[in-house]
Amino acid sequence: MSALLQTHGLTAFYGDAQALFGIDFSINQGELVAIIGANGAGKSTFMKAVTGLVRTRAQQIEWNGQPIGGMPPADIVKLGIALVPEGRRLFPSLSVEENLLMGECAGRTGRWNLNRVYELFPILNEKRWQPSTSLSGGQQQMVAIGRALMSNPLLLLCDELSLGLAPIVIKEIYSALPRICAEGMTAIIVEQDVSKAREVSSRLYCFQEGTVPLHGASSALTAEQISQAYFGMPDKPAGAGAV
Amino acid sequence: MDALLLTVVQGILLGGLYCLFALGLSLMYGVMRLTNTAQGDFILLGSFTAIAAIAGLKWAVPDSVYLPLLLSPLLLLVAFGFGFVLQRQVLNKVLGKDPLPSLVVTFGLSIVIQNLLLEIFSADPRSIDSLGLNTASVTLPGGMALGVLPLFILSLALSATYGLQWLFNHSALGRSFRAVSDDLEIAQLMGLNAKRVYAYATGIAFMLITVAGVLQAMRTTVSPSDGPMLLLFAFESVIIGGMGSFWGTLIGALLLGITQQIGFRFDPGWGIWFGHIVFLLLLVVRPQGLFPKTVG
Repeated sequence: MSALLQTHGLTAFYGDAQALFGIDFSINQGELVAIIGANGAGKSTFMKAVTGLVRTRAQQIEWNGQPIGGMPPADIVKLGIALVPEGRRLFPSLSVEENLLMGECAGRTGRWNLNRVYELFPILNEKRWQPSTSLSGGQQQMVAIGRALMSNPLLLLCDELSLGLAPIVIKEIYSALPRICAEGMTAIIVEQDVSKAREVSSRLYCFQEGTVPLHGASSALTAEQISQAYFGMPDKPAGAGAV
Repeated sequence: MDALLLTVVQGILLGGLYCLFALGLSLMYGVMRLTNTAQGDFILLGSFTAIAAIAGLKWAVPDSVYLPLLLSPLLLLVAFGFGFVLQRQVLNKVLGKDPLPSLVVTFGLSIVIQNLLLEIFSADPRSIDSLGLNTASVTLPGGMALGVLPLFILSLALSATYGLQWLFNHSALGRSFRAVSDDLEIAQLMGLNAKRVYAYATGIAFMLITVAGVLQAMRTTVSPSDGPMLLLFAFESVIIGGMGSFWGTLIGALLLGITQQIGFRFDPGWGIWFGHIVFLLLLVVRPQGLFPKTVG
């Protein structure tokens, strides 16, 4: 089976600072893959590179076998890759419904529309005319997810869904995930909470300082392996340096 | 008392014209944070284009008195196209985090237009024949007489402000305007072609600019060197009102008009100066303007 999305030795830079050092990643149709890693491991940069917000070389990212690295973000979303950005990034001067409608700009049709999003998150229907800034963090996250779904993506990228949210709210957000993925949606989620990531995903990539020291089936990876990949080398004295 | 009331009313009528000067500037700044320093010269370009078109029409059809009216829709269409192409071919290339390149380019355009108009039309002041509209007046029950043309200009200013605000708040295009203004990166992530959205904004701004130019030439005379003065009035209106709110721009323009009229009452040389003083005072007291909407 050929991969839906693949990266080959993906590198990315912010000016002179290199953030990704050759990431090899692949995800198949219908999979839910989690990316974990500490702050600054390159998780968000990876998501930004895939969606075109950070420049990369064309051949480093393949979508259905076609090189898409470095394409403008507006073209990538039209292919069917949608991002729920870190920190939600709703449009503050748009109402809830207007934010959701922005997802239609991608011009993709499919099973997701306003009604389906309101079915998924009924609270948004009640607050549809309110300014998006008046919502709680969890509700804003629902808008961000709904907005991405409105573009009817084939691949949904979720960057730190639980950032800054109370545990009960995180649970509520994650409870929507199976329904989103029910009809063959492929998803990559970035998550700081390792146990949450293992629980929802079938495969796991652990990022560390712009590399992938560990990846595999979520159920097969041991807690020691993960913490080692997450923090570097715990059995060596501090300052000995990571791989 | 009557004199004061008349001054205020005249100020409001003058403010209507300033509002039309300023709306395009407000729109372009609100959507793409571009300060169009050639605003005044573009207004004049609109005036002179209309003057040339009317002269051409009169030459082709000598006894056409009301025919120039038919020019208006065509002129608006041309203005939209001009703005659209200008944005796509020139201004989009200089937009970015740094505001300096776009300032320099519009400043350059201002000089080019000013000299181009001077070359073609000479420095003579010209005007558009308003078919007597500029001298017609209506007398209110209290005995106060108001000019028909200024009333017409004010009503256009009110409709333009309302229309623009409606477009901004309730249409899909307005939604894209606000989205690119709020967060350009995410707007592009949603599949929005920001450069195209900008081109629409500038197209609409140029329709307003042309309306302002035609009305200015009907109300008084225009000459190629008037641009910077018009820009200043537009600028002051936008700043007084606060960036990014069209109703704010209208209020700012009306305040500027009233202030200038009050100044004119003291001394004919004081009006414009009075406007500047109040503008500067407001900058000291409330630098963000009266009704700011746009951040950063």
